[in-house]
Amino acid sequence: MRTEIRFVACGGQGIILAGVIFGEGAINDGKNAVQTQSYGPESRGGAARAEVIISDEKIDYPMVIEADFLIALSQPGYDKYIAEIKPGSTVIIDEDLVDADKPPVECAFYKLPFAKTADRLGNRIVMNIIMLGSICSITGVIGKEKLLKAVKSNVPEKFLELNIKAFNEGYKIGQQTVKQKNINKK
Amino acid sequence: MFRQVKHIREKYLEENMWPSIFCQGCGIGIVLNCSLRAIDKVGLDIDKTVFISGIGCSSRLPGYIDADGLHTTHGRAIAFATGVKLANPELDVIVFTGDGDLAGIGGNHFIHAARRNVDMTVICINNYNYGMTGAQLSPTTPIGGFTMTSPFGNIESPFDLSALAIGAGAPYVAKWATVYPQETMMAIKKGIEKKGFSFIEVLTPCPVGYGRKNKLKDGPENLLWYKKNTIGRSRYEKFSDEEKLKCGKIVIGELRNVEKPEFTAEWFKLVDEVYVE
Amino acid sequence: MKKQKTSFKIKARYKPSRPFTKDDFNRVRRVLGKKVMFAQGEIAISYGGLLAGCRFFAGYPITPATETAEMMSFLMPKIGGVCIQMEDEIASIGAIIGASRSGAKSMTATSGPGFSLMQENIGYAAMTETPCVIVDVQRSGPSTGQPTEGAQGDIMQAKWGSHGDYELIALSPSTVQECLDLTIEAFNLSETYQVPVILLTDGIIGHMREKIVLPEYEDIKFIWRKETSAPKDKYEPFKDDGTKIPEMSTFGAGYHAYITGLTHKESGYPSTDNQADHDRLVRRLCDKIRINSEKIIRVERDFQDTSENKTTGIISYGVTSRTVNYIVKQLRQTGLEIDHLRIITNWPFPENEVAELAERVDRIIVPELNLGQVCHSVKEAVAGRCEVVPVWKTGGLIHTPQEIIDVINRKAD
Repeated sequence: MRTEIRFVACGGQGIILAGVIFGEGAINDGKNAVQTQSYGPESRGGAARAEVIISDEKIDYPMVIEADFLIALSQPGYDKYIAEIKPGSTVIIDEDLVDADKPPVECAFYKLPFAKTADRLGNRIVMNIIMLGSICSITGVIGKEKLLKAVKSNVPEKFLELNIKAFNEGYKIGQQTVKQKNINKK
Repeated sequence: MFRQVKHIREKYLEENMWPSIFCQGCGIGIVLNCSLRAIDKVGLDIDKTVFISGIGCSSRLPGYIDADGLHTTHGRAIAFATGVKLANPELDVIVFTGDGDLAGIGGNHFIHAARRNVDMTVICINNYNYGMTGAQLSPTTPIGGFTMTSPFGNIESPFDLSALAIGAGAPYVAKWATVYPQETMMAIKKGIEKKGFSFIEVLTPCPVGYGRKNKLKDGPENLLWYKKNTIGRSRYEKFSDEEKLKCGKIVIGELRNVEKPEFTAEWFKLVDEVYVE
Repeated sequence: MKKQKTSFKIKARYKPSRPFTKDDFNRVRRVLGKKVMFAQGEIAISYGGLLAGCRFFAGYPITPATETAEMMSFLMPKIGGVCIQMEDEIASIGAIIGASRSGAKSMTATSGPGFSLMQENIGYAAMTETPCVIVDVQRSGPSTGQPTEGAQGDIMQAKWGSHGDYELIALSPSTVQECLDLTIEAFNLSETYQVPVILLTDGIIGHMREKIVLPEYEDIKFIWRKETSAPKDKYEPFKDDGTKIPEMSTFGAGYHAYITGLTHKESGYPSTDNQADHDRLVRRLCDKIRINSEKIIRVERDFQDTSENKTTGIISYGVTSRTVNYIVKQLRQTGLEIDHLRIITNWPFPENEVAELAERVDRIIVPELNLGQVCHSVKEAVAGRCEVVPVWKTGGLIHTPQEIIDVINRKAD
């Protein structure tokens, strides 16, 4: 059961940290994971990409071949990687930061309010944690408590509460999304 | 006197290595003499003393001493010495180097060890040229000096090695010449006793190399040149500004002696603070 | 004359590399934290070094190797060792050689440009038979190249980078766990054969995160150099006792050893005019590794003992093994028989193992992240027994599975 997740964003949006946390969550959950990243020299702006492979077996090829999940928090990132998307995969974008219609390929396509929710919680910086919460419930590959444990060990102590809240909000958003998808299917 | 010579020879010299490679009239032997007497006066445990050098005539000295020796690559003695000292702070580290080895290729390691103030004694034998390779220009060759790579006379300004050491932060800096063996020995003794980066520059004749090309005659005349062209610091400092400008002599003596936190001590202080039981 | 000691008494909290007891090991484990972690390759390398008893690290910042130095600067003082950022890479390797002779297991980490600068002193370490570990996190070159992109362009340089005749050992990890395990192995090989050992990782594995499991004390071997117990007046630092490996002494133990990069006799003293002395010395330096190559070489064979008509074999090392492992499984499912030889020891080169593979197949595929390095050693070892098909890729991206599968399928027609 090899699951390939690709996260793309602008530099400074915390997407690589999100990838690291996601991989650590998988380890916490007794699975194997490999996380890789690429980014430009600028610390803000530019393109950032994190990839996580999760599997119950040993992971050989460490990068995404054909993503099962593509999460895009920036327009250039989305534009670049949407072309490679395969049928049956899931594409998740931030509804405010990325402007896109459903791709021509047969895939699940969600526009979710990560940025909006982060602003509501008082700080855009937790957008990536909200996204992780949503991914947790949407992908279902990592147990909620295991991923939350990884979040806790990777954020500064003084913002622990905010991040836990962000994660849980994201998780709820994801749950609603899955419910809606199941309703639409019927 | 003779008893002392015999004592130094028997205790410190490596019998198998004699006769040495040094030329007739070379001053390096005098520096070795001064250094060993200094070590003896300090009462260093020779088993816990390591002699380190780079490449050049001056750098051959550790081979003549019956003690642990590390003859490294050109210019790098001080970098190796930093490792030797930090890995076993109980050792006393003495570096023999030359003007080219220290300030040419080795310049970077010299200034950084002085800056960090790593506990070691660096004895730089300055003979104004790269002697081992056949008397080429070095960073301390005087303007107008004739060498194999300045056949028309040197047009570059030379380093003042002691000023460089002071500028880099060395807390103990002394400059002497082989014509002042007593003072050289005492300066080396003080340098060894000092906890920190001690730099002792010893102006040394090289009659077969630099000397011959610059009409510095052999033996006593060559040595006399140093006597005539040097002036003690305390005397120099009493001069007026005008006298100083007209002086034209090399200022020698103990040029700096201050207290400064030493790197090894500071590092292990840090270890004490953060150590996990 | 008053006896005067000038140096410091070593403070109780300075921990020398030896002895390295179970208490020392467990202290390191306590400092490192959890047994199971999700960590980068470079971090795993620093952990491996500390668990092997490394007590001295000197380095200079260079992308993409900075993480190892940063982690060492944080952990070393906590376990009572020394970590120093030197003024350049040449000083770094000089310092670790000096530290090793003073009795510390020592290590440095760098990338291509720094590795190039270190070559003279690597030759010095080989000539003076000083154990030390050099980590090269290979990046795209030549020259400044692509600082943040990984490559496999320093394989030949690891063996041939310095001048003259010498042998050393180089290892390539393929996973983050191997980064940890092979660092411990690198120290053990270095101490056993008194030779510098290069850990050839790359910017991809160095920065990738995977699960690592820290070993227990019983899981590892702690090897310390063969130290002399000869009487001080009879000791010769470079004498061959029949094993080609001399007995080392540590500075400060009273052996008065003279260590020089000049050609030297068994006594350590220079002997530059004597052809026989030089010949004897360099042959011993090389034979020391060559006659022990069977013990040193590590490979992983994934061979299929099926039909006689196997056409295809594939050789991988480092990060390319990840792609090759993946496609070998896939290809076998489609019915293609393929033997996979993974090289772990790049030097000494596993020529017998490659020759063995060449006997079994008609062609050997050699994917590399460079424009041809290991494929030349493969061709030499194959000696015409079969075809050698290199697959080169540069620019920082690893081979995709399809890229190698295409080469295999193309040739099969």
